[in-house]
Amino acid sequence: MKYQSQAVAKPYFVFAMILFVGQVVFGLILGTQYIIGDFLFPEIPFNVARMVHTNLLIVWLLFGFMGAAYYLVPEESQTELYSPKLAWILFWVFAVAGTLTIIGYLSVPYATLAEITRNDLFPTMGREFLEQPTITKVGIVIVALGFLFNIGMTILRGRKTVINLILMTGLIGLAVFFLFSFYNPTSLVLDKYFWWWVVHLWVEGVWELILASILAFILIKTTGVDREVAEKWLYLIVAMALISGILGTGHHYFFIGAPDYWLWIGSVFSAIEPLPFIMMVFFAVNMIKQRRREHPNKAAMAWALGCTIMAFLGAGVWGFLHTLAPVNYFTHATQLTAAHGHLSFFGAYAMIVMAIMSYAWPLLNGRESSSPQAQKVEIASIWMMSLSMLIITLALTVAGIVQIYFQRMPESGQAMGYMATQAQLTPYYWVRLIAGCTFLLGVFMYLYSFVVASRTKADAPLIPVKD
Amino acid sequence: MSERFTKGMARNIYYGGGIFFFLLFLGLTFDTVTVIPERENRENLTEQVAHGKEIWENNNCVGCHSLLGEGAYFAPELVNVFQRRGIENELAFKGYLKAWMGAMPTNVPGRRQMPQFNLTDEEVNDLAEFLMWASKIKTAMDWPPNIEG
Ligand code: HEC
Ligand code: HEM
Ligand code: HEM
Ligand SMILES: [Fe+2]
Repeated sequence: MKYQSQAVAKPYFVFAMILFVGQVVFGLILGTQYIIGDFLFPEIPFNVARMVHTNLLIVWLLFGFMGAAYYLVPEESQTELYSPKLAWILFWVFAVAGTLTIIGYLSVPYATLAEITRNDLFPTMGREFLEQPTITKVGIVIVALGFLFNIGMTILRGRKTVINLILMTGLIGLAVFFLFSFYNPTSLVLDKYFWWWVVHLWVEGVWELILASILAFILIKTTGVDREVAEKWLYLIVAMALISGILGTGHHYFFIGAPDYWLWIGSVFSAIEPLPFIMMVFFAVNMIKQRRREHPNKAAMAWALGCTIMAFLGAGVWGFLHTLAPVNYFTHATQLTAAHGHLSFFGAYAMIVMAIMSYAWPLLNGRESSSPQAQKVEIASIWMMSLSMLIITLALTVAGIVQIYFQRMPESGQAMGYMATQAQLTPYYWVRLIAGCTFLLGVFMYLYSFVVASRTKADAPLIPVKD
Repeated sequence: MSERFTKGMARNIYYGGGIFFFLLFLGLTFDTVTVIPERENRENLTEQVAHGKEIWENNNCVGCHSLLGEGAYFAPELVNVFQRRGIENELAFKGYLKAWMGAMPTNVPGRRQMPQFNLTDEEVNDLAEFLMWASKIKTAMDWPPNIEG
């Protein structure tokens, strides 16, 4: 840690991990309800568990991104954070608002929550991922604005590196596109059309800028390779992300009532979307090959490299699998979508947050890396989580293919009904659930590695004086 | 990477490409927005349909179901439930939906459950209007592929 104010990243990282555990626990509840339909009913209906699961995911990733920015921006800018105090205040605002919202989901029926938060005055609720009461959404915007102000002022005061500028662009984009969550027209088609401006333009647009810039930061720091080289890669990766990803939004406009030309535009441009992800793999491999130093934090490098590979598999391979219109015609809203959603979110965004945490945490605690013993546990946790997630993905992929075969391909009259088809998929759902349990084990191993690290701090390398 | 390909070139592709494709996207969006009213039969988007959408949202139906292939995958697709359970007859469908909503939850042990939402007759009626209106939206390739959704 070079600047005292970087320490404000700590609470963000800790809270992110608490939410991550919660997210996965609710994932396991969902996985169980998929098999035992009345599990925890009526206390926690499926839709409630699902919104807790997905909203916790998004919120912990946002905490992770903010923590990453608070750590990385001062170091890149070579100046203290504009206002650590503001960062602390916003931390509590966001943590309290988030917790209250989750409590709201779990304690009253959703319709009651909509009523007491006066959704009728400004209806924004009840859409996938955007289930938060309008007042929570306003809170998110306020936190985001305060955060952007803080980070922006820091960058303005200090060095403006390519990493800083691309990260900042990504974060501003995140906030700007979130504003579309306030647009909820009575027309279902328009609603869906602009709903994707939040969801798709996040994960396949501006979040990729955040991902790539954090990745570049970690790689520069751990490999010691010349900044010029990394920055060229970074520009090219984010260029390809935007060139393919913006019109790639069209892969969601195939069958929602938008005009037919989206079949072509969406297919062609989203077919290029794997490119930035494969470039990230080459970027990481090349940087590591050309490394000028042996950084002791092997775990952080494993996270970074693993992130690019898993993101390429989840977004690149599993995304491409169902992105061409004639294929998507059959796969749309089947278990294949869930397979892709899991591997891509985990590989790209969960892993990059854990990568930066893994890199930053020892430095925030006065060590260049954690002890070799702790890193061993940590690297084992990477394998545990990644392999479990691959099994989850494969199980859902098989389930999706079987579902399509029985329910989607035959003519009306011959096709099997939805519920009957689901009954056929139970074996694959068991596999998913078991792999989900080992995934949770992996999460605990990861958290345990921090315990080991603090116990064996004496064995961890000190930060070199000149760096 | 080759030395002749400079960082400046990469930066220009980023800014140029990003801005160009975003503007193109805005243009296409403008065209799409002008065509949607016809494809969704905006003239039939009545007060009742709008109210139905509100009820759909306030009860988070999309947390279990998909609609036009978006949402959750835990329960049947509902954009063509009008055809599937209502034999494309308005009266039959309204009768069916009222009976269905009233019968929930089934409480069949081990079977996936849908909650009881305690909707009024008027609310169920508007929900039906919304689902019927949605079922008539013109989708490319006439998705979904068959009646099972
Ligand atoms: C907690 C999950 C859940 C929520 C929330 C939910 N449903 Fe359902 N719904 C189901 C399940 C599960 C079935 C299948 C039940 C069965 O076949 O036993 C179903 C079936 C249906 C069906 C019959 C579909 C068919 O093709 O047979 C209709 C209509 C329906 N739901 C409408 C709604 C509406 C309208 C809402 C919102 C007010 C809603 N559901 C909210 C779980 C849910
Ligand atoms: C890290 C990046 C990505 C993430 C986090 C991600 C995540 C998701 C999620 C969560 C969904 C489901 C949305 C819903 O609930 O309706 C989805 C859908 C989809 N994704 Fe991705 N995705 C990523 C990248 C990609 C890429 C690169 C492609 C194409 C090559 C792609 C193609 C698709 C398609 C076609 C769908 C629609 C599925 C359907 O019709 O049901 N995704 N994505
Ligand atoms: C490990 C155990 C997990 C289990 C058993 C699990 C299970 C589930 C289930 C059953 C759903 C609902 C699917 C539906 O709508 O029918 C879901 C949704 C989702 N989960 Fe998980 N999950 C787990 C972990 C994770 C993790 C670690 C991530 C990301 C890092 C994640 C991301 C998502 C996303 C993005 C969705 C929405 C998908 C979509 O709309 O297509 N889940 N999960
Ligand atoms: Fe997408």
